[in-house]
Amino acid sequence: MNDSPMPSPLLAVEALSVHLRTDAGLARILDDVSLTVPPGRTVGVVGESGCGKTTLMRAILGILPRSAFVPRGAIRFEGRDILADRAASARGRIGFVPQDPYLSLNPVFRAGDQILEIMRRHAPGTRRDHRAKLIELFRAVQLPDPEAALEKYPHQFSGGQRQRLLIAAALSCDPALVVADEPTTALDVTTQREILALLRRLAAERGLSLLFVTHDFGVLAALCDSVTVLYAGRVAESGPTRAVLDDPRHPYTRLLLACHPDRASDLTGIPGTVPAATAQPAGCRFHPRCPIARADCANAPPPLLSLPGGRSIACPHHADALPEPALA
Amino acid sequence: MSAALARLLRDPVSALGLVIVLFAVVVAVFAPYLAPYPEDAYESHLLQRLRPPSAEFPFGTDNLGRDILSRVILGTRNALVVAVSVVVAAMAIGIPVGLVAGWRDNWVSDVLMRLTDVFLAVPQLILALALGQLMRPGIETAMVALALTYWPFFARTVFAETRRLRGALFVDALAGIGARPTRILLLHVLPNALPAVLVRATIGMGFTILTAAILGFLGVGAAPPSPDWGLAVAEARQHLPEAWWFPTFPGLAILLLVLGFNLLGDGLRDAADPRLRRSRR
Repeated sequence: MNDSPMPSPLLAVEALSVHLRTDAGLARILDDVSLTVPPGRTVGVVGESGCGKTTLMRAILGILPRSAFVPRGAIRFEGRDILADRAASARGRIGFVPQDPYLSLNPVFRAGDQILEIMRRHAPGTRRDHRAKLIELFRAVQLPDPEAALEKYPHQFSGGQRQRLLIAAALSCDPALVVADEPTTALDVTTQREILALLRRLAAERGLSLLFVTHDFGVLAALCDSVTVLYAGRVAESGPTRAVLDDPRHPYTRLLLACHPDRASDLTGIPGTVPAATAQPAGCRFHPRCPIARADCANAPPPLLSLPGGRSIACPHHADALPEPALA
Repeated sequence: MSAALARLLRDPVSALGLVIVLFAVVVAVFAPYLAPYPEDAYESHLLQRLRPPSAEFPFGTDNLGRDILSRVILGTRNALVVAVSVVVAAMAIGIPVGLVAGWRDNWVSDVLMRLTDVFLAVPQLILALALGQLMRPGIETAMVALALTYWPFFARTVFAETRRLRGALFVDALAGIGARPTRILLLHVLPNALPAVLVRATIGMGFTILTAAILGFLGVGAAPPSPDWGLAVAEARQHLPEAWWFPTFPGLAILLLVLGFNLLGDGLRDAADPRLRRSRR
């Protein structure tokens, strides 16, 4: 069906649900989310704030909050279920580039020492090997004066340098997969471009898979082979990036793309807000905001339909045209 | 840490504070050897009452004929022991409370922080006076009262830092690789709060010395014949204005040591906080 058949996935999120016990009741942060990252590919996850992007990422990294639990689903990494079997968890094989580089490192310890400690846990070799490798990585991420950088504290780096430092940290244990959480939102535009170019180059050089969480379609188009659109904890649509961006099918994706300042003629946005995770609407979670919602949308969650070209979409009415005012 | 010390010494005002405090520590440690008349801590010589300063008695003598210089020197040890004990006791209560309350986000946290607010609201002197009435008035009672009213400052400082860092990624990562909360709090979160705690402790030392002197003056602190600075000022009141030297030198000692601790505390705040370092360069 697909022009380039996807190899067996490195990471497979299978019908994952993550719920959270809160004072306001059960918060269904993620429901029935599936996603695959093939080796050497870059996969993007997009959605508004509060749609579960960060929780998905934390589940993959094994750092869910204490009040979270997983009622259903699995996360397979290199074939093993890393949620069920903590011992088999992907120690050192999944790198992480966080969104805010500031408090990702403890301010009272030297940045280099903190990365070396991770390497001591997860990477083979002696302390001397680790140091040499880290200096080399610092050079690869273009940190100025790599030897001196080892001795510095986190606050002695600029924002862009800190992000480079964390990319080096993410790569320090030779991961197969790097998960990046909007790694450029805290940076100014010129630095953003450099960091994105760096990530793309490093991923290509090292044959890395990237899972890229973002809400920037520009970043998505530039970096990702395929994309999964999340809405209120469910997959709305997924498929190859070009296909999804050029011809969005789910009404949410269509509206989201129409909101992009480059494309929108006026900045109306999508009416309404993302529902609270404790009060998800029945049926399709987008139907209260959806311009083409029908009565049956409130009955049951729509199944994910497979479309030609490796796409899938969670809307039975995706062929309907949106009313003009919504896309004005 | 040595870099922080170098920065501290570069600032003349902070360096002065450090010199005063170190000088006081040396005086306290070697007090019995430095004092010209060490036995004057408890003996009295009624024949030489209220002598003005002279070569024999540089600070003069008090109402019982004791050498004031000797008693000021001997009193340094009392002042520092009281200050250190009170601040250490306050830290021993306040730091664990702050860590636990900052880490948790449930009723435990609420109870601890409201309790902290209650103690923060109690006026230090009033509690000390009340405890003095309930228990036996004395320096021990005063120290209990001071520690009971000073721990909330540590609790709040540590609480704020713990809350700030609780959601930090490095904390999540530590929890993710299986670190216990005690380990995370003591080895990774507390060091972040230490500069603030250190500053608070240093200023607290000066504050405690001052309050202990006030309590001594009011008669609910140190009891005679203990060589206490506040007590000396109180005893001197009846001999004013003739014996001006009697309250002046113990008073100057209080002033100098409190000033030293405050200057040092301010200097430490500027020098030891890693987040302020860059801006000071």
